Amino acid sequence: MTNPSTPAIRFDQVSRYFGEVKAVDHVDLEIRDGEFFSMLGPSGSGKTTCLRMIAGFDKPTSGHIHLYGQDVSNLPPYERDVNTVFQDYALFPHMNVGDNIAYGLMIRKVPKSERTKRVNEMLELVKLSGYAGRKPSQLSGGQRQRVALARALINHPKVLLLDEPLGALDLKLRQQMQVELKSIQKRVGITFIFVTHDQEEALTMSDRIAVFNEGKIEQVGTPAEIYERPASTFVAGFVGTSNLIVGELAKRITGSDQTFSVRPEKIHLRAVGDKIDGNMISVDGVVRDVVYLGLYTRYLVQIDEGNDLVVIEQNLKTTSMDVLSVRGQKVRLQWHKDHISRVGG
Amino acid sequence: MHSNSSSPKASWALKAAALGTLLFLHVPMWIIFLYTFTPDERTFTFPLPGFTTKWFGIAFQREDLWRALSLSFKVAAIATLAALVLGTLAAAAVYRSKFFGREAISFLLVLPIALPGIVTGIALRTAIGGLDIPFSFWTIVIGHATFCVVVVYNNVLARFRRMHGSQIEASMDLGANSFQTFRYVVLPNLATALLAGGMLAFALSFDEVIVTTFTAGQQSTLPIWIFSQLSRPRDRPVTNVVATFVILLTFLPIFFAQKLSAQSSDTEGESK
Repeated sequence: MTNPSTPAIRFDQVSRYFGEVKAVDHVDLEIRDGEFFSMLGPSGSGKTTCLRMIAGFDKPTSGHIHLYGQDVSNLPPYERDVNTVFQDYALFPHMNVGDNIAYGLMIRKVPKSERTKRVNEMLELVKLSGYAGRKPSQLSGGQRQRVALARALINHPKVLLLDEPLGALDLKLRQQMQVELKSIQKRVGITFIFVTHDQEEALTMSDRIAVFNEGKIEQVGTPAEIYERPASTFVAGFVGTSNLIVGELAKRITGSDQTFSVRPEKIHLRAVGDKIDGNMISVDGVVRDVVYLGLYTRYLVQIDEGNDLVVIEQNLKTTSMDVLSVRGQKVRLQWHKDHISRVGG
Repeated sequence: MHSNSSSPKASWALKAAALGTLLFLHVPMWIIFLYTFTPDERTFTFPLPGFTTKWFGIAFQREDLWRALSLSFKVAAIATLAALVLGTLAAAAVYRSKFFGREAISFLLVLPIALPGIVTGIALRTAIGGLDIPFSFWTIVIGHATFCVVVVYNNVLARFRRMHGSQIEASMDLGANSFQTFRYVVLPNLATALLAGGMLAFALSFDEVIVTTFTAGQQSTLPIWIFSQLSRPRDRPVTNVVATFVILLTFLPIFFAQKLSAQSSDTEGESK
């Protein structure tokens, strides 16, 4: 066994340039053994390039990538103990499901009887028992997804890479697969590295998340850390909805003109003249817009200085009639001091 | 305008036109077939003055015919084989890597099939003559390979482009090296394209006249042999027997090539 303190993956000043474009720019990163780690970011942020460099499809322009302490930066894909679930699944259309899943074992010349046994185990793991004889073209998108997962996991890789594997599935199936992926990961105990641009997906499944932007990592942390304490305006804006308060207003509220963010659901709507708790921050404004969304209502409140804040309140007692009547009224917004995050720039 | 032009059924005019076109294309071949059985060697009289199969026997005993047939077969086989290897490699290079002048090379590869055979023929003859290479079996093969490569190249490139995304990467990811990936993933993906391209190349080579005329030495391939027979009217039914044979021989590979292409819903020639 490997030393548990050795990180599964370590990036040491890794860069990948495509001509002038810095796809990945001096990234340092440690991914721990056995964790479900997500790389989150918009397209072109460098997350997929990082994944491809771990898999070996791409090589760093400079820097080193370590897999459990071994420098793999220049090894070809077939010499790395890492497997990938591709965005388009990349199943082999000329092979049936069983042969697809057994491919890695066939290449390593594992005897036929053992192959069959392990394929059946895998099919059971991904709930596709009895599908071994089907062709990929006879499967639904969700089923292909599972085959791709089984084909990668059967090799017991040290690290499993998942490149936006749920992107092509519809919402219901995606949510179901999110739960299932997480439970499979717990069961097999392999380090999963999951690339996605969907912040909700990352928050749902991950032990830790790295938020990518323009080839750099903005923040690494648990979903709660990323959400509650965004380290930069980018993270605050990309993960969930956030109110960014800048300049004069920031100074009036906190006494410092450093930008801060506050999540819409942390803000409470109160009547003007409501008493002010010492631990609470309070500003007055006018409700400019109300959007009733059933489960909750979204208010757009204009603060005196011309800043708009988004406030979300659950419709626990209110009806649509009640909330819509608030439009145009003066209100007092309050939130706890702990719920502001000072963000860098 | 026809009043029923919007209905899904074809109008009688369209049907007639289609039938007419088919007849126009195929009747001459039936005539050839029919006159393999005529006892009268000089003229095409109708109805046939009698019925005989003696020409099959006579054709069978003609040494020169057998030599021409076997030469054509060998040339087609070797040219096709060379085309399969070279065409696949060229298609793989153009598909897999990006390099300066890639589009130009792709264009130059396809050009020989668009060039009139007479141009290819005269160019090859000049080049081969200029290099003092004796005209032989191999010069014919080289001449035929120029257009056979294109057919394979086009088919294989089209297949590469339709090949589903990351299969090659997936194979390497699962532990296969380049050779294993080619063997287990790329080749099976290309198989039907190779078969279709190969059959088409074979058929093209088998009945080629113009380029062969320019690149052959003393040898005559089957089409050239037939050509030379035209000046000998007495043997006309023998020529018909051979022509019938060639039609069959060409028909089968084309038929299967079409079937295979349709099966994988691949576009035949043009990839651009």
